[in-house]
Amino acid sequence: MAEEVNIICTFCGSVCDDVQFDLEKFKGKKFCKLGSSKFSKKERIKAPMIDGKEVSYEEAIEKAAEILVNAKRPLLYGWASTVNEAIRLGVLLTEKVRGVYDQCASVCHAPGTLALIEEGVPGGSLGEIKNRADMVVFWGSNPMEAHPRHPVRYSVRAKGLLIKDRKDRKVVVVDVRKTKSANMADLFIQIKPGYDYPVLSALRAIIKGEEDAVPEEVGGVKKEQLKELAEMMKSAKYGAVLYGLGVTQSRGRDRNVENAIKLIQLLNRYTRWIIWPMRGHYNVVGAGEVPAWEAGYTYAIDFSRGYPRFSPGEFSANEILQRGDCDAALIIASDPAAHFPKVSVKHLKKIPVIQIDPFPNMTTLLSDVVIPSAVAGLEAEGTAYRMDGIPFRVKKIVDTEYWSDEKILELMLEKVNELQR
Amino acid sequence: MMLHIKNGIVIDPKNGIDAEKMDIFVKNGKIVEESEVKGDVKVIDASNKLVVAGGFDMHAHIAGSKINVGREMRPEEMRTVRLVAGKFRASIGRVLLTSPAIGYEYAKMGYTSAFEAAQPPVGALHTHEELDAIPMIDKAALPVFGNWHFVLKYVAEKNWEKLRTFIAWAIERTKGFGVKVVNPGGVEAWMYGGNCKSLDDEVPGFGVTPREIITALIQETENLNLSHSVHLHCNNLGTPGNYETTIESMKLASKFSNDRRQVLHVTHVQFNAYSGSSWRDVGSGAAEIAKYVNSVDNITIDMGQPIFGHATAMTGDAPFQFTLHKLTGARWSNKDSEIEGGAGIVPIGYLPKNPIHALQWAIGLELGLLVDSDKVVLSTDYPNGGPFTEYPYIMAMLMSRKMREKELERVSPYVQKATGLAAIDREKTLFEVIQMTRSLPARVMGLDSKGHLGFGADADIAIYNFDPLTVDVTNDFETVYKVFKTSAYTIKGGEIIAMNGELVKEVWGRTFWVDATSKVEMEAIESDLDEMFSKYYSLERQNYGVEESWIKKPERLVMG
Repeated sequence: MAEEVNIICTFCGSVCDDVQFDLEKFKGKKFCKLGSSKFSKKERIKAPMIDGKEVSYEEAIEKAAEILVNAKRPLLYGWASTVNEAIRLGVLLTEKVRGVYDQCASVCHAPGTLALIEEGVPGGSLGEIKNRADMVVFWGSNPMEAHPRHPVRYSVRAKGLLIKDRKDRKVVVVDVRKTKSANMADLFIQIKPGYDYPVLSALRAIIKGEEDAVPEEVGGVKKEQLKELAEMMKSAKYGAVLYGLGVTQSRGRDRNVENAIKLIQLLNRYTRWIIWPMRGHYNVVGAGEVPAWEAGYTYAIDFSRGYPRFSPGEFSANEILQRGDCDAALIIASDPAAHFPKVSVKHLKKIPVIQIDPFPNMTTLLSDVVIPSAVAGLEAEGTAYRMDGIPFRVKKIVDTEYWSDEKILELMLEKVNELQR
Repeated sequence: MMLHIKNGIVIDPKNGIDAEKMDIFVKNGKIVEESEVKGDVKVIDASNKLVVAGGFDMHAHIAGSKINVGREMRPEEMRTVRLVAGKFRASIGRVLLTSPAIGYEYAKMGYTSAFEAAQPPVGALHTHEELDAIPMIDKAALPVFGNWHFVLKYVAEKNWEKLRTFIAWAIERTKGFGVKVVNPGGVEAWMYGGNCKSLDDEVPGFGVTPREIITALIQETENLNLSHSVHLHCNNLGTPGNYETTIESMKLASKFSNDRRQVLHVTHVQFNAYSGSSWRDVGSGAAEIAKYVNSVDNITIDMGQPIFGHATAMTGDAPFQFTLHKLTGARWSNKDSEIEGGAGIVPIGYLPKNPIHALQWAIGLELGLLVDSDKVVLSTDYPNGGPFTEYPYIMAMLMSRKMREKELERVSPYVQKATGLAAIDREKTLFEVIQMTRSLPARVMGLDSKGHLGFGADADIAIYNFDPLTVDVTNDFETVYKVFKTSAYTIKGGEIIAMNGELVKEVWGRTFWVDATSKVEMEAIESDLDEMFSKYYSLERQNYGVEESWIKKPERLVMG
């Protein structure tokens, strides 16, 4: 009997929970390209390895525990593509070995966290955008390529309580180039790279009634067009700014987000607006939420004094690696060897590295201990937070010999406790 | 483990025991008769010490997306180090605490239960994850109903069967404990930039009013005879003149009664007890509220006492939080949610010399003093009014006029003309304060096994270095404050978990949830649920809700 079951996709921050999986054909339905590639037969790490030699899970975990206990200040990095249960154990483990916890946001959306610290964040759930938003602005984000089903499920074509048709909603894309997402927009505004901040300031000035302060052109955008956008925003009933890495990782970074939040604060004095980041990995939100309740902060957390301290730019993974300030690393559900700058990777090559991941990647090549794990959402269950913080329990629908991240970390924590005794 | 708590001076209001020298026996986590305890018994010498039930915080924001956004937004709150990792977890936080710190601080103070007072329905699972991360205490969560579209729709249709069925469904799906209502209708209005400030403001899109929503929810909560009554955060919070809205809301309960408990609990009333017409002439409406609450027997309240110092406002009352942000210019987080609700978070602080803050402080105390002790629970609405760790301050203040006089000297003189605090002679007794922190909250929540020391009760016990027979609580208020800050012993489920302010053992409490599904036919709302989820929500119905097996130590209370 061919069995088709509902699953929850564990690829991007959209966490689509309406997708189906055919167990017999081992193939997904309704998935986007990104999701279906994760949920198909892929090359896996075959078995646990120490220095390239296959070993048992117990041996690999024991070795990993030894490395962590013997290190003065290990870095435990990644976490964005695993479930909360594993992340929680990761935080406890980091505290035990007095290491540094950092997660993918530190090279991604963390500037948004810094802006949150400055201003707070007026936000809403994706369902509220679907139901109510008659205007959506994608700013420095490109959902058509990064979150392919986001527009249809939540933000562009999605229909709901007050929005009955695509025509009921104005969609604006602001970006430095004409992305695929720009094609679906009612209005595309191209700004010069690095000019998000002044463009946002100009909008604030116009909305406040101080348009005289705005020059004829800002960041490559004509004043007339800015006035048009400002008017659209002010006359929307419920608007949403959905920003991406174009805002957080270009000149201004957290200050860009802060300025955008100030714009939203201002707009709420006239009508309703929210702002929210387009988070990347399926549980990068959990990778920040879990340490926040366990240790008070979301990323760049140092436990070397036995209690958590937060200092982005000091305790974030790249800065630690570039200073040579860690003497071992555990990398889970991430691939820094492929994505970090060369200087960071250079230090990773020098120190003992433990990897936990279902799939081989560049980091596998420089890891001393490699521990393959089950794919959460397919072979292991657990909790994950969609980009808007809505929790989902992702499912286990396939049996596997691979251990889950949770089981691996549970035993690792136990071994660390034994060794420290 | 069996315990024999010997020669303690027991105060146990539920069982009418007022400072009597007694022995208490514990077996298998319960309080038992002496005859049941034999053999290997640990004896605790409680001579000249006060023995009471473990404290019960029935309204605090200790778990879920609100407090967590608070932590994320306010790293400055997290820099106070309470405990370095070792035998126990690292524990940090000033007023906002990490989950381990919450459990540890309650335990050190002799508190053994705390309930999360606002669980956003869409984030129910997140709330439970955080409750599961709090060690030491028993807990539960109150899901928020007052702006949920199903509720608004069924109230508009006057379809009581569907409303009742929906309540049972929703509490089961959230693994919640009861019916919390936050600014009914007002949060829905906020989605259009508005609010419902009076009981008769119409909720946009639904044609119902807060008056109708509150009444209907009380009616159906009573028809289900849930463990806890409707738990109401009133409309018009934080506005001068709002005490009238509060009394009007209370009057909606007048046609209902329940033998076991109140039919309406009105929460953090201090924030809803202002007279006047603006912040220039704002005053206290506490006396009028107290007069009304004392005159009826179906309403309870909790104080929402502000503590001078740092705090963080976090409520499901999203429009109020925006008003607060505009008023103070402070940071503002907001969350509009499907499966409907909202929330806002704004940092605040209470300064003794600020006339408004001093007024709020005085109103909280007035409520605590003027309302009968079997109707007012001690709370700070943590962290809205400040830390729960300052409950001993409130206890001491309620018991000592002398302490109040001393404190009044350092606060804004505005309270002298705007409140009646200075003129209140009343001093609550130790018995009453124990009642307000133990037996009453347990009764309000409908938990017979909590808040007392009778046979069969949970062995949640606090022992304080304090002899009520010799200490003069009105004059020795400094001693009272100090003594209640840290228990000599905190016993949770029969195990010693803290001693003299030091943690002894980490234990994991239970999470209570209420199951009333056997009292309804789910069929009544099946098609409505399917329709709402498929048309309006961004998640599948089959993926919504919390299963019992995902919770660390669930305890299901079946409503019979």
